[in-house]
Amino acid sequence: MAKVYGAVTIDARRCKGCDLCVVACPADVLELQPQEVNDRGYHYASVVNPDKCIGCAACATVCPDACIEVYRVVEK
Amino acid sequence: MTQEEIIRPENKVYSRPELLCDVHTHYCPGCSHGVVHKLVAQIVDEMGVADRTIGIAPVGCAVFAYNYIDIDWIEAAHGRAPALATAANRLNPGRLVFTYQGDGDLSAIGTAETIHACNRGENIAIIFINNAIYGMTGGQMAPTTLLGMKTATTPYGRQAELNGYPLAITPLLAQLDGTCYVTRQAVHTPAAVNKTKRAIRKAFENALAGRGTSVVEIVSTCNSGWKMTPDQANKWMVEHMFEKYPLGDLKDVESKTK
Amino acid sequence: MEEVKLMKGNEAIAHAAIRYGADGYFGYPITPQSEVLETLAELRPWETTGMVVLQAESEVAAINMVYGGAATGRAVMTSSSSPGVSLKQEGISYLAASELPALILNVMRGGPGLGTIQPSQADYFQATKGGGHGDYHLIVLAPASVQEMADFVALGFDLSFKYRTPAMILADGIVGQMMEKVILPEQRPRRTDEEVRAQCPWAACGRGNRDHKNVVTSLELDSAKMEVNNERFQATYRRIEENEVRYQEYFTDDADYLVVAFGSIARICLKAIEDARAKGLKIGLLRPITLWPFPTTRIAELSKQVKGMLTVELNAGQMVEDVRLAVEGAVPVRHFGRMGGMIPNPVEILDALASNFDELKL
Repeated sequence: MAKVYGAVTIDARRCKGCDLCVVACPADVLELQPQEVNDRGYHYASVVNPDKCIGCAACATVCPDACIEVYRVVEK
Repeated sequence: MTQEEIIRPENKVYSRPELLCDVHTHYCPGCSHGVVHKLVAQIVDEMGVADRTIGIAPVGCAVFAYNYIDIDWIEAAHGRAPALATAANRLNPGRLVFTYQGDGDLSAIGTAETIHACNRGENIAIIFINNAIYGMTGGQMAPTTLLGMKTATTPYGRQAELNGYPLAITPLLAQLDGTCYVTRQAVHTPAAVNKTKRAIRKAFENALAGRGTSVVEIVSTCNSGWKMTPDQANKWMVEHMFEKYPLGDLKDVESKTK
Repeated sequence: MEEVKLMKGNEAIAHAAIRYGADGYFGYPITPQSEVLETLAELRPWETTGMVVLQAESEVAAINMVYGGAATGRAVMTSSSSPGVSLKQEGISYLAASELPALILNVMRGGPGLGTIQPSQADYFQATKGGGHGDYHLIVLAPASVQEMADFVALGFDLSFKYRTPAMILADGIVGQMMEKVILPEQRPRRTDEEVRAQCPWAACGRGNRDHKNVVTSLELDSAKMEVNNERFQATYRRIEENEVRYQEYFTDDADYLVVAFGSIARICLKAIEDARAKGLKIGLLRPITLWPFPTTRIAELSKQVKGMLTVELNAGQMVEDVRLAVEGAVPVRHFGRMGGMIPNPVEILDALASNFDELKL
């Protein structure tokens, strides 16, 4: 069975910490930074469980600020 | 497989659209406008029509849309976007002309311009963001505000006796002979975003093909105006907005040609 | 060979617009100017020059169509009469603020309110002082004949494109409705897409090969930048004031008294002055052709020559204020007006001169 590896990059500078990507992710990959803020004062989203990512792009799709890009590798 | 092995250009499946300008938007965190802007940029890019697209920006939260998408824009007076689009399109054949309007712009002050552009069957696309509130001016009642909903000008909740009823304008537009495609979508889930993308693309294709007016209403959130978190706002929208503004196609005349 | 035709001023506007190579007309019916749209509809220029003609759902929509078309670099116009022009003020302010060329015809009727459908000049203040919100001016042309109705279409468009600011033809119900002979201009071709792009590099007509987007907007929330924008508008207005003042003088060489009148009323004044001259009274006439920019300098010069001035207007006294500003108290400046659609005859004008200036009593 094919195994899917995913990864996301988040433009923390652009992120407004709205949390919608965290909610949309089916694999609990993302969380908002509990302490750190970006230079606009937002607790930006970050990857906490990279190995769980399946590259489904749900997070990027709902992101209002287009700060998430998604990569996917399907290993057969 | 390591992150470095996955994060390579050849594995990229979702990118920031090239047509989105490299600026911060003024929208509040979680605002639906951002998602819809992204879709517009993606679609214009994918259709390869950035060189011949003219966007008409409204008055309201999307007033600065022209700063965010790298196409030609005309900023309209409040409610007048469909009038501008009418002329921009008729005087410039072959251009893709779309308006981007909120509920105050389209269904209050611009009701006449909207209905008559649709009734003439102008070959334009209308993107209608319905978040049931005036965002830019600080959360006042919109025509689409639900009964009981608290806003800055209905602090005790909208009452029919005082403020009239919520206006579902899209069904009115669907009745007009000039419209070819009228649909109501949302952007609260990945699946909904993808459906909205297909709807806007279809509207843009209709406009270019001269099939008449297309209207894509996007039932949206204004979490700041509603005084909720973005996630709460999405849930509130599903529970309350979809009853008055149910999602789905209201009209789709595929083969109609003018 | 010259084509001499007999037609109404409103009809002449329609013919002249097509012959200028205008790209679009957007209007809404209102008396006494509906013949503009009716004539265009009858002439069907969309089948010949490709000019777009559209009856809008309101004056507000029509002026905003003009705004949308002008923003793409096209030569577009609208026409209306006083109550309709009030509705258009929103769009006119936006046109001025976005530095867009456009032509607006006001065939004035009596007001205020719904008023009357008879001729008036009561929109002088509205036309020359801005009309809508904000600090701006329109280039205002005042035709006195059907020929000038035709000629001012090209003049209005040309000035409007030259300075990137809207122009208005401020006519009255008399020149709109009366029939006179007119020599129509030669048919000019409409500009091609390429010509529009070359002439209007700012136009939001689709990026084409441009490496940047064009945005037409009147919005600027940064006060420092908005002040710069306003200063740019004012600099344009100064250039227009320096270069585009137009007026016509009659019998001013030896005049002891001066009548100032614009539009069709100037012709009645001329008749009165000819009658007065026959009786030995040395009266001259100055007819401003541009109401903005106003012939301030020339009127100031004449104030050193004459003993008094009288403005004759179809209103309660509007242009008289600009004449007084020009004269700066040097000589008495009086006003004679009729209102509500009433038009003075030459005898009334002579009586007004006599009652204001003792020397002119016969």
